[in-house]
Amino acid sequence: MNRRALRKAKNGVFLALSLIATMTGLACLAAILWTLLSHGLAGMSWHLFTAMTPPPGGQGGLLNALYGSAVMTLLGILIGSPIGVLAGTYLAEYGRKSRLSTAIRFINDVLLSAPSIIIGLFIYEIVVVRMGHFSAIAGALSLAVLAIPVTLRTTEDMLNLVPIGMKDSSAALGAYPWRTTISVLYPAARSGIVTGLLLAIARISGETAPLLFTALNNQFWSTNLNAPMANLPVVIFQFALSPYKDWQDLAWAGALIITVSILVLSISARVLLALLQSGRGSGR
Amino acid sequence: MAIINPRHAAKQLIYERVFRSATLSAAILVLLILGGVAVSLMRGAWPALKGFGFSFVTREIWNPVTDQFGALAPIYGTVVTSAIAMLLAVPAGFGIALFLTELCPPLLKRPIGVAVELLAAVPSIIFGIWGLFVLAPVLQRHVQPWLIAHLGVVPGIGHLFKGPPFGIGVLTAGVVLAIMVLPFIAATMRDVFDTVPPMLKESGYGLGATTWEVMWNVVVPHSRVGIVGGVMLGLGRALGETMAVTFVIGNAHRISSSLLAPGTTISSAIANEFTEAVGDLYTSSLIALGLLLFLITFTVIAAAQAMLRRLERRGGAAL
Repeated sequence: MNRRALRKAKNGVFLALSLIATMTGLACLAAILWTLLSHGLAGMSWHLFTAMTPPPGGQGGLLNALYGSAVMTLLGILIGSPIGVLAGTYLAEYGRKSRLSTAIRFINDVLLSAPSIIIGLFIYEIVVVRMGHFSAIAGALSLAVLAIPVTLRTTEDMLNLVPIGMKDSSAALGAYPWRTTISVLYPAARSGIVTGLLLAIARISGETAPLLFTALNNQFWSTNLNAPMANLPVVIFQFALSPYKDWQDLAWAGALIITVSILVLSISARVLLALLQSGRGSGR
Repeated sequence: MAIINPRHAAKQLIYERVFRSATLSAAILVLLILGGVAVSLMRGAWPALKGFGFSFVTREIWNPVTDQFGALAPIYGTVVTSAIAMLLAVPAGFGIALFLTELCPPLLKRPIGVAVELLAAVPSIIFGIWGLFVLAPVLQRHVQPWLIAHLGVVPGIGHLFKGPPFGIGVLTAGVVLAIMVLPFIAATMRDVFDTVPPMLKESGYGLGATTWEVMWNVVVPHSRVGIVGGVMLGLGRALGETMAVTFVIGNAHRISSSLLAPGTTISSAIANEFTEAVGDLYTSSLIALGLLLFLITFTVIAAAQAMLRRLERRGGAAL
């Protein structure tokens, strides 16, 4: 009897601890969101979207940083995602079990969790040093390198989910694999691939470390891809660590904008995936 | 077979070859990127490695004025902050995974799972700014004085908790890292626990085992490889994490015996100093730090992937 009570007590203690761990995790998320909202909303105003980043102590907004982030994220996705999608197609359709594919899958998973600052150093070495100066294009390239593994992984997974019968039917009609891929597999896996793109955008739009020494920063309005360009993460980094109240307020507002957009992207990716799965379930 | 137009067929074959080579080149590009990272880092690091030799990783000195650089302080900071992070995040992640697989009401399972995954989506710079302005003051006011008063006097580990409560420092960086890697560890462990065949768990319950006993004696042994893989994946993240650490570690190039003192890590040293580094040797030393980080994280992540893969194969065979 005593032994049984002991076992039950032990069970209770560990389950309580696991509940506490979960609560702590959720509390951290809530605390971060709460801090962002309370500090960020105070800094929200129209100026954010109409004015440039100010000199120390001045009033201003984040227009150039928002523009720069949008441009570099978009370019990064435009360069990175086709490579990721094509490579994912190779792994799912052509390579499958070859030794090369196994190696690529492995390397891709390593790249997926490699520190982004290393990617920044890589692009610095091969682009910035060659060109002789920091530039928006170098920033976009480092983001592209980060986007590739995400899109590759989701593309391969999603293509593998397409029922084999669809592929066989297309082949039976005499279509070559490329035709089958483009006309049958891609449409069938569309929402899954789009999910991958959303996740990739979410991943790269908050990246700071790789932009520090590729795109650098720019206090002024610039649309020149061949010159340093302002971007939200680096501006947040600089302004948050500055002693000026105005700059810190802008950093909080920027942090709120970035987090909300990333959370919206991740949630829509999840909703899309859920819709896809429920659609598949009812279709069968 | 008259319906097949030979010219049409030939064209199809060309398209097929073009498409196939396009996908193949994209796939090979992934290999080239990793190779390129290794080669370019080695080339950039070469002047520093040639100048300092092996002593680069054994010396604590970091003096841009006299052009003397050693990586010991950043290496120490990286290892210690990651160790603190793992010490806190592994038990907590295990707890969350346990809660999600065994305890959670089905209705809450998905929302809580999504919330944990959203925590993983928050960019690291947000953790940094939150850590600096919210967490560090809290630790400084409430936690660190307690640690100094109670653990600081314990012989053996007392020196770890000596000195004034700065707020920022190695310990705070470790705590922020723990919060950052927690969702990765929790999500991987949950996925691994989900692969345990229900039959095994039911057998445990059938013998009268408690939830904890089933967890510890059935689920954990069955998913051991996956747990280690998930932990190492989290460790890989912690080792390479840059922005969050840069905000809260205090950026001091020295090894202090106290965890409350400011320090530096490999990644935060690069992030802080790279654009301001003047002189080839300074830049090259920072790239050499990057090379070290690359080698460390590559080893850890590759080992983690190898373990998770082994589990996947085994799971595939068992099903």
